[in-house]
Amino acid sequence: MTVTIFVPRDAAALALGAEKVAKAITQEIAARGLDAKVVRNGSRGMFWLEPLVEVRTDQGRVAYGPVKADDVAGLFDAGFLTGSGHALCLGLTKEIPFLRQQTRLTFSRCGVIDPLSLEDYRHYQGLKGLEKAISMAQAEIVREVTDSGLRGRGGAGFPTGIKWKTVMEAAGPQKYIVCNADEGDSATFADRMIMEGDPFVLIEGMAIAGIATGATKGYVYIRSEYPHAIATMTEAVEIARAAGILGSSVLGSAHAFHIEIRSGAGAYVCGEETSLLNSLEGKRGIVRAKPPLPALQGFLGRPTVVNNVISLASVPVIMDRGAAFYRDFGVGRSRGTIPIQIAGNVKYGGLYETAFGLSLGEIVDHIGGGTATGRPVKAVQVGGPLGAYFPRALFDTPFDYEAFAARDGLIGHAGITVFDDSADMLKQARFAMEFCAIESCGKCTPCRIGSTRGVETADKIAQGIEPEKNKALLADLCNTMKFGSLCALGGFTPYPVMSAMNHFPEDFAPTPLIEAAE
Amino acid sequence: MNMRISAGEFTERSLQIIKDLKHLEGPMLPILHAIQAEFGYVPDEVKPIIAGELNLSRAEVHGVVTFYHEFRDHPAGRHVLKLCRAEACQSMGSDRIADRARQLLGIDFHQTTPDGAVTLEAVYCLGLCACAPAAMLDGEVYGRVDEHCLSEIVAEVRR
Repeated sequence: MTVTIFVPRDAAALALGAEKVAKAITQEIAARGLDAKVVRNGSRGMFWLEPLVEVRTDQGRVAYGPVKADDVAGLFDAGFLTGSGHALCLGLTKEIPFLRQQTRLTFSRCGVIDPLSLEDYRHYQGLKGLEKAISMAQAEIVREVTDSGLRGRGGAGFPTGIKWKTVMEAAGPQKYIVCNADEGDSATFADRMIMEGDPFVLIEGMAIAGIATGATKGYVYIRSEYPHAIATMTEAVEIARAAGILGSSVLGSAHAFHIEIRSGAGAYVCGEETSLLNSLEGKRGIVRAKPPLPALQGFLGRPTVVNNVISLASVPVIMDRGAAFYRDFGVGRSRGTIPIQIAGNVKYGGLYETAFGLSLGEIVDHIGGGTATGRPVKAVQVGGPLGAYFPRALFDTPFDYEAFAARDGLIGHAGITVFDDSADMLKQARFAMEFCAIESCGKCTPCRIGSTRGVETADKIAQGIEPEKNKALLADLCNTMKFGSLCALGGFTPYPVMSAMNHFPEDFAPTPLIEAAE
Repeated sequence: MNMRISAGEFTERSLQIIKDLKHLEGPMLPILHAIQAEFGYVPDEVKPIIAGELNLSRAEVHGVVTFYHEFRDHPAGRHVLKLCRAEACQSMGSDRIADRARQLLGIDFHQTTPDGAVTLEAVYCLGLCACAPAAMLDGEVYGRVDEHCLSEIVAEVRR
């Protein structure tokens, strides 16, 4: 029987040499005349082990990693096609603790299947949610999503079902589903992984959203920094169209649904939904005032659902297994699972899908294993460039929307960047302002000008120029930005700045003048 | 890219791109991406052509082009090296890698080497945050970039 070897095609695996490994394996198979084939899967999300090569055996899939091209011949010599031992052997993939302890609902297939094989997709419960949705009334689908407790995974945490209900009830000859795949936050890669590793789940989620709300057209707006995701999604949409999953009759039903892939052009602010809509329409990505809500006047002024990739990709499992199944995971008002992305200076970096409620400390110290450099963890930034820096003292914060808000932070798109004790928090605060200045769309004065003044003020603090006065000025500026900006860019940049200043005051103290003391 | 094409040919190729895409809802970004793919940048001369075809003012087209970091107003070098400068990469020493890149290439960000070999660009996140620092050379991605990896990339683009 032909042995199947899995080598990921995920961009992070490629960045670590997966392409060379795949080539070396193909060459060895040919040179040794073996009956084996290479399948390019997505990533399992354990990036310290990438490229992670797997072999399908009678006992299950056996993992080897991190594999370099130079290791390949040795793996064949050791008989890895039968799952034999080797220094790089990690045992059965599903038994690797980082993976075994997760609750993979949205990412159940990611890293398991060939992303572009519909056969694989169906084999692993794919399309069950869509098939069920087709047999249901619109309001029933919306109720199912509402009852699941699913909230926008892009960061704002707005209940997905309520958004859908507004669009379902809105009148209009043409409605749209717009998938926000402008994943610009540093430390986040969940959208990228799902688009590269299981694109059909996003397509299925969008089709369900279309049927539920009466929208017949969907757009996936993917940032241009993700060429691999754009390529995979484009190919997947073509396959889904040819198979009748998309088109004028979704799975043979009376519903039509079409999807088009669009590429962003390097503007971070376009991850904000109204800015994204303007960009999709071909305008400058300037933020719009709300109301009107995009649900009522969105793309081209028509009723539009704008949902994040992970929100939409979580819908198929909710429809398949029911709202109660999904809602039973999580805590408080944060229901279901969340794919936590552990990144930066961390030993075991990757994607960890789990129910809401783990403490920040468990995530960083136990799951992430502390820093990659081996030095103490000084701070973690949660929620991307607009998220707060948390000190160790707040590591008891449970991972849930409200708990983070209560501590002047946000979980955002669930990315965590770990910093060791060499980090300079004044420098990080300055960068938050600098980034805001680079990416501000320019609509709101506090964001457009305040960010530049923020950089200057941070520099003055660093130079020891009237530090107390300038710290007060920076805090005041943050207050103005927070309350005087339309969107999260200007409104949330104060989170990293203020948290750095409040939790790490020693980094904002004037540098002692050693020479003068001598 | 090819600077020696005639004005007539330039207009013809631009018009063809616009005609192929103008039926889309919100065709502007797809058109600009296609123009940049064709010419290597978005030339000033193309703006009035787009404006005419989409029934917009030249100022509106100019406004869109200049809003987005991705669109270039002049051709890039033969290679484009993008280094991620966002937080996750910072936590793994991307600032040092950036300094080293500037030193090795003798240019700053947004500049092209005098021999036209490479343009250095900053990028804010490539989604490779768990294998930082990250870089992208002409669409090919690199993770855990260290000085050795950087020197290899520089040697490659200089070839």
